Amino acid sequence: MEHAPAPLDGNCLAGPLAGFFTADVTVVTGCCRHCGDVAMMGASVVYRHPMGAVARCRACTAVLLVVVEHPDGTRVGMAGLAWWRLPVESGPG
Amino acid sequence: MTAWHTGQVVHTEPLTASARVLTLAVPGFSGAVAGQHVDLRLTAPDGYQAVRSYSLARVGADEVVEIAVDEVPDGEVSPYLVHEARPGDLMEVRGPLGGYFVWRPGDAGPVQLVAGGSGIVPLAAMARARATVTTHGAGLFRLLASVRTHADAFFPDELGQTEGLTTTWLYSRQAPAASSRPPGRLTRYDVETYAFAPDAGAHVYVCGPTGFVETAAALLVDAGHDVARIRTERFGGG
Amino acid sequence: MAVVTRGFGGRRPASERPVPPGQYLTDDFPVLSTGPTPNVDAPTWEMTIRTEAGVEHGWDWAGLQALPAEDVTVDIHCVTRWSKQDTHWRGVPVDALFTEVETAAEFAVAHSFGGYTTNVPLDDLLDGRAWVVSEYEGEPLAPLHGGPVRLLVPHLYLWKSAKWLRGLTLHLDDEPGFWEQHGYHPYGDPWSEQRYA
Repeated sequence: MEHAPAPLDGNCLAGPLAGFFTADVTVVTGCCRHCGDVAMMGASVVYRHPMGAVARCRACTAVLLVVVEHPDGTRVGMAGLAWWRLPVESGPG
Repeated sequence: MTAWHTGQVVHTEPLTASARVLTLAVPGFSGAVAGQHVDLRLTAPDGYQAVRSYSLARVGADEVVEIAVDEVPDGEVSPYLVHEARPGDLMEVRGPLGGYFVWRPGDAGPVQLVAGGSGIVPLAAMARARATVTTHGAGLFRLLASVRTHADAFFPDELGQTEGLTTTWLYSRQAPAASSRPPGRLTRYDVETYAFAPDAGAHVYVCGPTGFVETAAALLVDAGHDVARIRTERFGGG
Repeated sequence: MAVVTRGFGGRRPASERPVPPGQYLTDDFPVLSTGPTPNVDAPTWEMTIRTEAGVEHGWDWAGLQALPAEDVTVDIHCVTRWSKQDTHWRGVPVDALFTEVETAAEFAVAHSFGGYTTNVPLDDLLDGRAWVVSEYEGEPLAPLHGGPVRLLVPHLYLWKSAKWLRGLTLHLDDEPGFWEQHGYHPYGDPWSEQRYA
């Protein structure tokens, strides 16, 4: 029986995006350009395709973010995000 | 934190028939928080590479990475880590990673942990971190851990006597004779009986395979837990 | 540069005949996805070709089955470095869909259910070099591998062989698809190792 690889949580974006931003990307809040859902990137649904990680909106499944680790540098497409907000403090609570 | 560090396996220890703990010495690795993960990159002699993420099983000591790996049948990396890797072997490590699915010793309030299978690993790291907190301010922890059989449980003895932690094992395939709960998947009854009540205001961490995480999160919300306090981590294999 | 991990080989058989540079053989058929698997039933499947002039040509499942199909045995090459030899498919050559299409376009974009896109020069879809396939290894094409119908362009990296095909649009200019917008090569020849733009 074959299965499609199950999507992961946005938590796994931390590795591919480490060093791209000064904040840890998983605790950055983002707004979906397609449906307006507002959530931390760690709560997005990520398909970790070996060509690149595809983060989708947890509400409408639109593509929020694509991260491709090219040999000459990591490339991030963010066309699906209306905005990002940095956290005031990190960690839950 | 962004660079790949070279790690060396220094210790391996069987955990179950299909899982084991690997300890790596990783110069330059520091500051890990419970719940975080690392990316491991393995390179074959012909240049073939594979990258996988593994949760840290324990945090606290710098320059040491401790992970617990469960074999995914037909996987590409996990069978190597469970059966082949041995002390002295080198692999690359990136991390510690992630700030979303974490618990810090300063975080207040009770904590509910819900684990499916090897999803217990980052939750065990949180319980272990909680046990090192000596002040009286730290909230109590509860752990609901779903496993197929007792033989599949990770760290059962330790998690039965960890300071500040109450652990309930839920067996999905076969329960020990002493268990009054019939074997089966996580239910609404389990959540209402063994987890903190919603009005306790616990932060909830759920980790496991995708199907388990989605079922558990839905049961918790149905039982009245605030969705804003629930954090999930689905894991993929290989 | 990279540290070699002793004893790690992945799960790869030895190569018996040449594979493109940087590729490794596999007996598996890895399932890679960028989103949820679209649930498209063959009886309700439809696809269109839309020309640069806006003219649409459409096929439903019965219409596709009515076209002359071929058995195709090809090697496939994924940019994630696995190759698989002697894969067996059955489908309609793309030429058969173009018998009544009038176009001056040099480029096509394949569109999938679920929103995926990829661009291919039109010449690479014609002259018996590409197929619209609905069977793999003698079985109806499984949804995980792009069923009911996917594009098969075996001489290019496999991301060009769009799964869950719902149509082609024709263009005078090359318009990058999903991965091409994120830095993958606009053409993707595995023998020239055209992985990245």
